[in-house]
Amino acid sequence: MAERTVRIGSAHGLHARPAKLFTQAAAGSGASVTISKAGGKAVNAASILGVISLGINHGDEVTLAVDGDNADVVLEELSELLLTDHDE
Amino acid sequence: MELHGIGIGQGVAIGPVVRMSDPLPEPPEARSGLTPEQEGERARVALAAVAADLTARGARAGGSAQDVLEAQAMMAEDPTLVDDVTVRLADGKTAERATFEAFAAFRDLLVEMGGYMAERAADLDDVSQRVVAELGGLPAPGVPDPDHPFILVARDLAPADTALLDLDKVLGLITSDGGPTSHTAILAREKSIVAIVGVTDAAGLSDGDTVILDAANSLVNSDPDAGALTAAEARIAERAARADAPIGPGALADGTAVPLLANLGNADGAARAVELGAEGVGLFRTEFLFLGSSSAPTVMQQQEQYTRMLREFAGKKVVVRALDAGADKPLAFLNDADEENPALGLRGLRALRANEDLLREQLTALANADATTDAEVWVMAPMVATVEETEYFVSLAHELGLKTAGVMVEVPSLALLADRVLAHADFASIGTNDLTQYTLAADRMLGSVAGFQDPWHPAVLKLVGEVGAAGAALGKPVGICGEAAADPLLAVVLVGLGATSLSMSASALADVRASLSRFTLEQARLLAQAALAADGAASARTAVTDAAANLTVPA
Repeated sequence: MAERTVRIGSAHGLHARPAKLFTQAAAGSGASVTISKAGGKAVNAASILGVISLGINHGDEVTLAVDGDNADVVLEELSELLLTDHDE
Repeated sequence: MELHGIGIGQGVAIGPVVRMSDPLPEPPEARSGLTPEQEGERARVALAAVAADLTARGARAGGSAQDVLEAQAMMAEDPTLVDDVTVRLADGKTAERATFEAFAAFRDLLVEMGGYMAERAADLDDVSQRVVAELGGLPAPGVPDPDHPFILVARDLAPADTALLDLDKVLGLITSDGGPTSHTAILAREKSIVAIVGVTDAAGLSDGDTVILDAANSLVNSDPDAGALTAAEARIAERAARADAPIGPGALADGTAVPLLANLGNADGAARAVELGAEGVGLFRTEFLFLGSSSAPTVMQQQEQYTRMLREFAGKKVVVRALDAGADKPLAFLNDADEENPALGLRGLRALRANEDLLREQLTALANADATTDAEVWVMAPMVATVEETEYFVSLAHELGLKTAGVMVEVPSLALLADRVLAHADFASIGTNDLTQYTLAADRMLGSVAGFQDPWHPAVLKLVGEVGAAGAALGKPVGICGEAAADPLLAVVLVGLGATSLSMSASALADVRASLSRFTLEQARLLAQAALAADGAASARTAVTDAAANLTVPA
């Protein structure tokens, strides 16, 4: 299991479009991925409703946990997505 | 009767109301006669069908609508939702009831979160309605399609609706819900549709009522008399004439030239900007080259992109902003440390200076592109706070072969010392968004202090005036490249304060061009004085609006 904590780069946080890009990538990775805010519950990162319902804002720190083959590669790709500002 | 909301854009529209159909009734709670497995299969088929339909609509619509529709398709097949539906089915519920309840639960969660998330609730409601309709074999709720032009009145429009709306028939949009960041508002801005969102009393409007939509004043007149209709028609005709008017260079009524430039984020928007009469580019953002990459692009890669852009503007001015990273746009390879106050942190020129190789590479790529094209390239640094930083950037740019180098005025300290800054810089360009944020000490990303983010504030205008005066004294150009330049009346005030060019999103050019042509330089200065004399942003706007109404264009 690989884990990393990153800060959200998108100016409006992880809502519609960035959330879509992220969950698509998580679902497409083939690995089991969860995302959580500090001290909050972890949700399935392939669930757009789960991700949106965390109410993740710009600058928030979130923790990704990846289980499966290539966990490190998947973690790297997903972290990069979260760091990027998709709103500009 | 006048109904109030939030107007999008500057337009006026008159037409008959057509209301969007009311939502489907809530599915009854009666127990299912089928087994949970059978109901589960019904739900799976319906969810998949709705997801496929939304994806197909997205493909047809393209653009930003496609993203939203694809997000909705993912909501329909969301694993968390499916789990929730399965649990509800095990209680003996029908597929209709179980999916309705599952969507409603997520919807309530979003509404509770407020703000941007609450506005996404409409997306979810729309998916829920489509699934219930699919299960019952009913047509999906959607926008009406009458055979005449109409003003659409809805609670809020879902992306699935707006994407396929027949825009030739839609004269305007009124929504009772939805704020300035709702899909309706985004669509209206993108397609230049006259719209007023958040009209709480819109429920009182009936099919066939003739109404006047006045987006510029955020008003709906629900029972206009003959006089109001004539006045509105005149305004519509005036605006149409303006859009059709031959596009000339920006100028005041007395002939004083005020070049109107476009703000661009990449080369793709260039052709359209030229079509709308942009006389050059006043702000070319270069972040797009860097975002999403974990390392900086090479000199060659950058040079290619800059060349592509500069070719579109042969013989015209293009002001390129050096990489503006930090605060709202962090980049992994530049901003690695966490900051408590990123807007006040290592951003803009500060970040570039800390990574001077990167700055040198960018300036070199730009100078190379400049050498192989015919555009007139100017370069400027973002987030400059001191005269010393100005000297540093300007001399580095000159050294690397760029002839015209200047600074963005976003920090009040730079505006206050504008005479000393402009002694070194070849020009200044005022970024009104950040200048407002720093002058009023209000984070522009924070909704709770959004009320402070108004460039009409006399304190902001006073700083603009300082830069304008220094520019005039030293014979150096002073441009404006923030949202403020796109406000037709504020644009006149900015020119009155000494701005020599205005840069804005291309869609605002026609309205600003028309507004400038109504006033002489002397009148623009009078309006600027009226704004400076006010106590706050709202009273400055009112004072200038009143003063402008009393001025007539000299014959």
